[in-house]
Amino acid sequence: MTQMNLVQAINSALRGALQEDENVLLIGEDIGSLGGVFRVTQGLREEFGADRVLDTPLSETGILGTAIGMALHGLRPVSEIQFADFIYPGFDQLVSEAAKYRYRTAGEFHVPMVVRTPYGGGIRGGQYHSQSPEALFIHTPGLKVVCPSNPYDAKGLLLEAIRDEDPVIFFEPKRVYRAVKMDVPDTPYTLPLGEAKVVRLGEQVTCLAWGSMLYEAFAAAEEAAKKGVEVEVVDLRTLWPLDIETIVSSVKKTGRLVIVHEAPRTCGFGSELVALITERAFLHLEAPPVRVTGWDTPFPLTHEREYLPLAHRIVPALLETARY
Amino acid sequence: MQVIRDDGSLDEKLDAGLSIDDLVALYKAMVRTRIVDDRLERIQRQGRVAFHVGSLGEEAAIIGAAAALRDRDWIVPCYREVGALLWRGYPLQQYIDHMFGNVGDPVHGRQMPDHTFSRAHRYLAVSAPIGTQIPHAVGVAMAAKKRGLDECVGVFFGDGATSSNDFHAAMNFAGVYQSPVLFLCRNNGYAISLPVAQQTASRTIAEKAAGYGITASRVDGNDVLAVHYAVREGVQRAANGAGPTFIELLTYRVGGHSTSDDPRIYRNEAEVDAWREADPIARLRKHLEQRSAWNEELDTDWRTICELEVKDCVRRAEAKPAPELADMFTDVYAEQPWHLREQQGQSLGGPRAEAEED
Repeated sequence: MTQMNLVQAINSALRGALQEDENVLLIGEDIGSLGGVFRVTQGLREEFGADRVLDTPLSETGILGTAIGMALHGLRPVSEIQFADFIYPGFDQLVSEAAKYRYRTAGEFHVPMVVRTPYGGGIRGGQYHSQSPEALFIHTPGLKVVCPSNPYDAKGLLLEAIRDEDPVIFFEPKRVYRAVKMDVPDTPYTLPLGEAKVVRLGEQVTCLAWGSMLYEAFAAAEEAAKKGVEVEVVDLRTLWPLDIETIVSSVKKTGRLVIVHEAPRTCGFGSELVALITERAFLHLEAPPVRVTGWDTPFPLTHEREYLPLAHRIVPALLETARY
Repeated sequence: MQVIRDDGSLDEKLDAGLSIDDLVALYKAMVRTRIVDDRLERIQRQGRVAFHVGSLGEEAAIIGAAAALRDRDWIVPCYREVGALLWRGYPLQQYIDHMFGNVGDPVHGRQMPDHTFSRAHRYLAVSAPIGTQIPHAVGVAMAAKKRGLDECVGVFFGDGATSSNDFHAAMNFAGVYQSPVLFLCRNNGYAISLPVAQQTASRTIAEKAAGYGITASRVDGNDVLAVHYAVREGVQRAANGAGPTFIELLTYRVGGHSTSDDPRIYRNEAEVDAWREADPIARLRKHLEQRSAWNEELDTDWRTICELEVKDCVRRAEAKPAPELADMFTDVYAEQPWHLREQQGQSLGGPRAEAEED
């Protein structure tokens, strides 16, 4: 066990994967000699060599397109897209190719690849270093989408994603890259994909969150408790395939639902969560489900703390939902 | 580059030393592919298959390249290269079943016609977006190199694909990583309706390769031996660790882009007729006849065999039922997640659509 932050835990996972399986390799911009703009891959090129930690030319299409080819021929590439905001040049490769290869070859070929990418706001990054595009990938059949909130989960989920036989988009909450520290085993371990975690028990409202907003949801729940409202906070961890049982059973217990995410509200993942839960727990609902989300604007700079669904916006939503 | 001269004789300097049997095999494969194309186009016109994208006039570029690759080398297709897949021994019945999207279709009717693949034949999967396969080829080549395998990759694409961002990314990566990949650009004159002169301002497509530090050549794509020579040279370069090669195969799309196209709208018949004169099959036949390896009787016999074979495959394919509806819900992931299980149940247990009227 070592105290690690998210960056260190992800680095530790990548080191473990590179040690365990000679077919694993890392590919991305500035990940080699620099160790990544967030230093997530620091030291790995020195340890494993330039043919396992590839500094690439500046092309997301090239990174993701060649990673697909590598995955088709026996390797397990882990790509880094420097910011989720820059994934779009390679979007076609993910949506048209990685996601569909298994289906369009009836399983004869498949693409075991992981795409790591830091996402989300709160680092004063403006509209091109702050986005949360998870819904675009959840909407694409054939992709799995993971978004851990803490170092322990990040390491276990990333190692599982690398072992997974399907393409996984792994969103890293960069706002809390270095803000959270916890004990993390030094050796490799895995956590199953598709399992949410109840991180705070409560009887009155269920609050769903993931990534860096989990901390805001948690803080808001503590605040609400001071006002007599006990909130159950669920960390989704894997966004797709979703742990439908855990979240539906929580909502059936509380009868009230608040969903928190950074991405714009319209057609955000919150919309799908509301639909799925309403279909399954309609008669248990005591209040309309509420979404506390980013606004339907591009991500701003100066007012990012008003754009983000921070605790100051979550607390009233929890209290109003409890009182409804 | 040309190996078979217009009069049918060979340029000895560039003779790849293929045996007469090899040449006859190439000829027969080209004829067979054309007959398959022709039959599919006819039955598409009759509404029996939904679509076909053929290779009329481009058989030498496709089959010549496939023949020059070694069995262990990968082919990454565009969508016009089924001749290369058949060259590698892919069963014709399976291809025709795929064209019908019937129960024998390896992809269970999930794809439009002409979206083939085969791991056994080291042939990746056709997809429709233009150029997306080119970086895959580089990735496969990078993987082969990293794994220490003596393999290279031949990736096909058309002149239109050289405008795609994937093309530039792939060329650049291949140059940087010195990947064992052959970029096989079938410059067939058109991207659907757009002539190549409007696709790019560069004088040739081959010269684009210089910008990525990649060796390039320009070959008469209707001369199967020139194609073979250039591709074999590229394979040797790759095998010797000399990295990627770009080959511009100058040919012409004598047919439409696909059965959905009407090329009379955007080009004149005189242009097409001129290219019919440069037919790659007639050219090889002239050479074979000069060497007394082929004659009218053999030709008629072979064409009859191919006609009967494809007709028989079509007959069998038409008799096969549609794939199971449940097949629509598998292979999205390695294991079917709960939401697809649920949706499969809803679909299978729900109302059925009326059959579409023909």
